Amino acid sequence: MNTRPANLVALRSLSRAMFKGFVRDRSALVFTILIPVLFLVLFGSIYKSTSAPKVSVLEVGKVRLLDQAKAAAHGQLGKILAVTHSASLAAALGDVRKGSYDAAVQQQGNTLVVHYSIASQTTAGVVQAVFASIVQQADQAAAGRSGGYALSTRQVEDKSLKPIQYLAPGLLGWAIASGAAFGAAITLVGWRENKLLRRLRLAPVSTGSVVLARIGISVVIAMVQLAVFLAIAVTPYFGLKLTASWWMAIPIVACGTLAFMSIGLLVGSFAKTQQAATSIANLIILPMAFLGGAFIPLDYAPAWIREVSYAMPLRYLVTGMQDVMARGEGPAAALPAMGILLGLAAVFTVISLRVFRWDDV
Amino acid sequence: MSATISVRDLRKSYGSLAAVAGVTFDVQPGEFFAILGPNGAGKTTTLEILEGLRKADSGEVTVLGQPPWPRNPALLPRIGVQLQASSFFERLSAREQIRTFASLYGVGARRADEMLGVVGLTEQADVRAEKLSGGQAQRLSIACALVHDPELVFLDEPTGALDPQARRNLWDLLRQINADGRTVVLTTHHMDEAETLCDRVAIMDRGAILQAGAPATLVRGLDSPLRISVQSGLLDTAQAGTLAAQAGGGAADVSDDGVSLTIATRGPAAVLAGLAGRGALVGLRVQGATLEDVFLQLTGREYRA
Repeated sequence: MNTRPANLVALRSLSRAMFKGFVRDRSALVFTILIPVLFLVLFGSIYKSTSAPKVSVLEVGKVRLLDQAKAAAHGQLGKILAVTHSASLAAALGDVRKGSYDAAVQQQGNTLVVHYSIASQTTAGVVQAVFASIVQQADQAAAGRSGGYALSTRQVEDKSLKPIQYLAPGLLGWAIASGAAFGAAITLVGWRENKLLRRLRLAPVSTGSVVLARIGISVVIAMVQLAVFLAIAVTPYFGLKLTASWWMAIPIVACGTLAFMSIGLLVGSFAKTQQAATSIANLIILPMAFLGGAFIPLDYAPAWIREVSYAMPLRYLVTGMQDVMARGEGPAAALPAMGILLGLAAVFTVISLRVFRWDDV
Repeated sequence: MSATISVRDLRKSYGSLAAVAGVTFDVQPGEFFAILGPNGAGKTTTLEILEGLRKADSGEVTVLGQPPWPRNPALLPRIGVQLQASSFFERLSAREQIRTFASLYGVGARRADEMLGVVGLTEQADVRAEKLSGGQAQRLSIACALVHDPELVFLDEPTGALDPQARRNLWDLLRQINADGRTVVLTTHHMDEAETLCDRVAIMDRGAILQAGAPATLVRGLDSPLRISVQSGLLDTAQAGTLAAQAGGGAADVSDDGVSLTIATRGPAAVLAGLAGRGALVGLRVQGATLEDVFLQLTGREYRA
């Protein structure tokens, strides 16, 4: 029996049918391609005015000025500064770059050196203002004495880093997650509702071909989303600067698509109607966009969101892309995220196969 | 030659409900066979078991000499199944639909386009399935079921929700499919459809086959009186009663609704001769029992919600 070539032909024609069905659906096109870009415009303006959070600082070695200032301010400084000691400058700079701390401070003679990140521009502003005032007060206290203190601030990243670096991967991650989950859920429920699923089961074509065709189409759609979104985000208006290993976003997006498709399959296995599938998928994806670092960059987010984010599949898609696209980390940085996404895909697929129904009855 | 479909004591329950409770029948090669029954009679479940979509609880089923369950890929290319008219890929034209289905069976685009011609949809080839009329969608659905030239075709209520013209048009198509030598099995609750199209029907209710045979045989077996009606006012009901009594054949039933005077009798020849002698044949209609009468007698007249 030559079922293999027959299945390949079937796979190709099923893929073609699904692709045509997708590109002819205007609302799906708008939803998956245009809305994310629209959000980019909206969120871009929102994050230009964020309120000042408490600043966490790494004290590298002994910083006498900081200790003096803390003593002089009688604990007032503690309200805006949380100080942690660090022995190594390299480690401290790494932490700041990752966003674990807002700034690293060291004292070189009479110069206070502040390393900060402008991943969050607001925090960067607060860091500069606080240390400027500490130096100023120290100068006044030391008036008359020779030397005087000086403040030197250094940014840990490329000077061009802007919120777009964090927003773009976040919104893109949300868009890809939505596209994959909704696509899978709505297709499955729709085909069950109109009995196409049953019709396909009566044709001599393997279930694998049908599933593979759907996966192929979802990955293609996700790649189109990636290309269109990045093409727009790197225009001077948005100013996204892609770092060296940005191309690693392609395999991450593929893994993320699989993970969210499998979530969509699970939703589709439970939901009875397309409306129900849409509502349930929304109920899962939308909160995840806020809690998983897509809409609120985790660097800005309250501590509890950062904690919760580890339970959100979307977190791994978003932070994986951020690492390689915006934080300038090497290709290997994306591997853990990819592994987690593939693992989630496997788990959700196994669950959905267990609850899968060909028919409503 | 062995039967195309052979069913022996088939049973299937959903929970405590016995959807199919011991059904036995055969369908011969080339036969046009219908399973008739009210909604919930178990005909769709029976069909689904034959198609291989459901597993029977017990009983023996062979289709083209093979068991349909578990899903039998060797059997699938030999049977064609027409589901509802809406079982299509979203936003594909009629031609794209049938070509996609054809490729699932390893059938080329040319044969697919030909099939579109057979069901008279060549002009609608570029119309999306959602935009087709009910009859056109139904014909496309049948074309998709036939594109791989199956030996056996299953049709589940093919003319539901169609207007009279579309139904006649579809009947012609179904007759042609059967005339080409295919065995056709259809479920319906339209009695006229079964009576016109089928060689043999099985009347099913509450999971059991009540009677099976050729429609004409079933109707004759009912032995019901003929209903002879003429235009009102040609003779009064008393005269008509006398006429019917003279004709014999047991008690006659005469009624006049102001439009037609109707005599139900088992002695039609004498009644017709009497009416002719009185010159009272204007608007004459003679109605025998139909399959519907057989059906209603077997399944009862009470309305089931």
